[in-house]
Amino acid sequence: MSVMPHLKSPSATAAVLELVDVVKRYPGDPPVEALRGVNLTVREGEMLAILGRSGSGKSTLLHVMGTLDAPDEGIVRVAGYDTSALSDRQLSALRARRIGFVFQQFFLLDGMSVLDNAADGLLYTGLPLHERRAAAREALERVGLGHRLQHRPAQLSGGERQRVAIARAVVNRPALILADEPTGNLDSASGAALIELLSELHDEGATIAVITHDRDIAAAAPRRVEIDDGRIVLDTRLAA
Amino acid sequence: MIRGAALAASRIHPAELLRLGSMGLRTRRLRAALSALGIAIGIAAMVAVLGVSESSRANLIAQLNQLGTNLLTATPGNTLLGQTAVLPHEAPATIGRLTSVQAVSSTAVVQGVTVRRTDQIPPTNTSGISVRWTDTSLLRTLNGSVYRGKWLNDASAHYPAAVLGWVAAQRLGVVDLEQPTQVYLGNRWFTVVGVLQSLPLAPEIDRSVLIGLPVAQAEFLAEDAPDTVYVRSDPDRVLQTRDLLPRAANPAHPEEVNVSRPSDALAARAAAQAAFTSLFVGLGAVALLVGGVGIANVMVISVLERRSEIGLRRALGATRRLVAAQFLAESLLLSLLGGVGGVAIGAAATAVYAHLQGLPAVVPPIAMVGGLSAALGVGAVAGLYPANRAAGLSPTEALRTV
Repeated sequence: MSVMPHLKSPSATAAVLELVDVVKRYPGDPPVEALRGVNLTVREGEMLAILGRSGSGKSTLLHVMGTLDAPDEGIVRVAGYDTSALSDRQLSALRARRIGFVFQQFFLLDGMSVLDNAADGLLYTGLPLHERRAAAREALERVGLGHRLQHRPAQLSGGERQRVAIARAVVNRPALILADEPTGNLDSASGAALIELLSELHDEGATIAVITHDRDIAAAAPRRVEIDDGRIVLDTRLAA
Repeated sequence: MIRGAALAASRIHPAELLRLGSMGLRTRRLRAALSALGIAIGIAAMVAVLGVSESSRANLIAQLNQLGTNLLTATPGNTLLGQTAVLPHEAPATIGRLTSVQAVSSTAVVQGVTVRRTDQIPPTNTSGISVRWTDTSLLRTLNGSVYRGKWLNDASAHYPAAVLGWVAAQRLGVVDLEQPTQVYLGNRWFTVVGVLQSLPLAPEIDRSVLIGLPVAQAEFLAEDAPDTVYVRSDPDRVLQTRDLLPRAANPAHPEEVNVSRPSDALAARAAAQAAFTSLFVGLGAVALLVGGVGIANVMVISVLERRSEIGLRRALGATRRLVAAQFLAESLLLSLLGGVGGVAIGAAATAVYAHLQGLPAVVPPIAMVGGLSAALGVGAVAGLYPANRAAGLSPTEALRTV
């Protein structure tokens, strides 16, 4: 397993993710073009918000960026790998080691403790349980849940649950963290706290893409990408 | 563009696969228990059937070994004219001259004499018990033993002393010989000197009251022609002895002698049980199949309910194969649980049955190993389809739920 340093200086410029002329269609009559030629490059250490109305194609974009779905046309490169050339096994390996996901619905497993849920982020790297737990404890302490390790997800508040999901996403020190409407199921106070946490992780060097329809959240990100009708209509960076 | 070094493939620590497989069971305990019960019932039925039949077979074989398969009996058959033949009274002596014969004893029913507990009981009330005279060597030839009291000897054979067969003692209500016990034979009292253990190879002796030939001749004018001659043969030459026996017993009319081997009946019983066993094992297999369908059912539901978990695991880096492995592991664990439970229940049922029947409890190892492997096989087959369905889900489709 190659080691991916967690801390990167924000000025690093290697591309973590590259989308070139990506088209994604869904079969139907007529076929729906969810993505119509998207070009997007995410560099190491960047934090960007991908903003769009529902139905604008932003979920499809996240799936394509995360290699959960393959584009019909165009190239997707993740951490330098051209994903069209990879098999299911290789794509899985890429997700296991280079990409961390945070979902709107958290997707925590109720049968396991918070610690083991976070440790699941390393499950498919083949590490033994005790090593995964050690890394998960560290990640949970980082997101401020060091005191909740043995709780069940059902015993936590929504904000805490999403923090567990973030710990799970960062525990394998991924090259890219993809968050899909991470505050969608949270009240505004927990949502703000969560965005604060993501910003902190970004400050520590993590590369983060947040998909959202909430302009307030988007405002917190140094880079804003707006998507509408399957096309990127705006890509702005705040002056550093 | 930099192409990084080849990525290490997704894999899972083997111990983790077990943990993953058991997680689904731990979170849905009742459902897991019920579906494992289905398998357990099938396996228990098969193990118990095999165990019970093996126990009684072991009992029969132990009996056969103890009694020996080298006992032959010669009885009079029919004459050419269809009348009942008679064995010559010197038959035991002539049979004894065969080199392959180790022991010979003869006995015959004392005609017209019945046994009663007291003289107050009408003579027609025989309770199905006959009165026989016998050689004093009979017990040794039959490998029998005395339950209470003593066997006849050359002295008591001359006196009104009787030994009761096992069934005869029960029917006459002779429990023990603490008190001097007498039975009414024909028209006089005989003292009971002994009670025999049951003789499975000579059930006619079980239902007889035995007295010596001299006293039978003196009291009841009994004929000395035997109606049954027991022959203990050299175990290696049983068939040869069997062929020689008619001519030895009645050189003039060998065709009037019936020869049988009582152990054949016991052996046939053991064989007949084996036939029944396969029938019941077949029934157990049907129960197991139903249990397997139950597991498949539960697994299909589990896959449906856990779509989002499947999507999550794919996002965390699980390959299709690892997702399939997780559900297959769950199905195998479920069936293993059922299999272990079933073998335990089956073995316990065998032990209880054997204890109640006074048999040695034998659970054949092949039944235990076979039961467990059958359970695992059913679990694997039942889990295959749900596991493949789980693996075939596209990650985006699985994540789209709820």
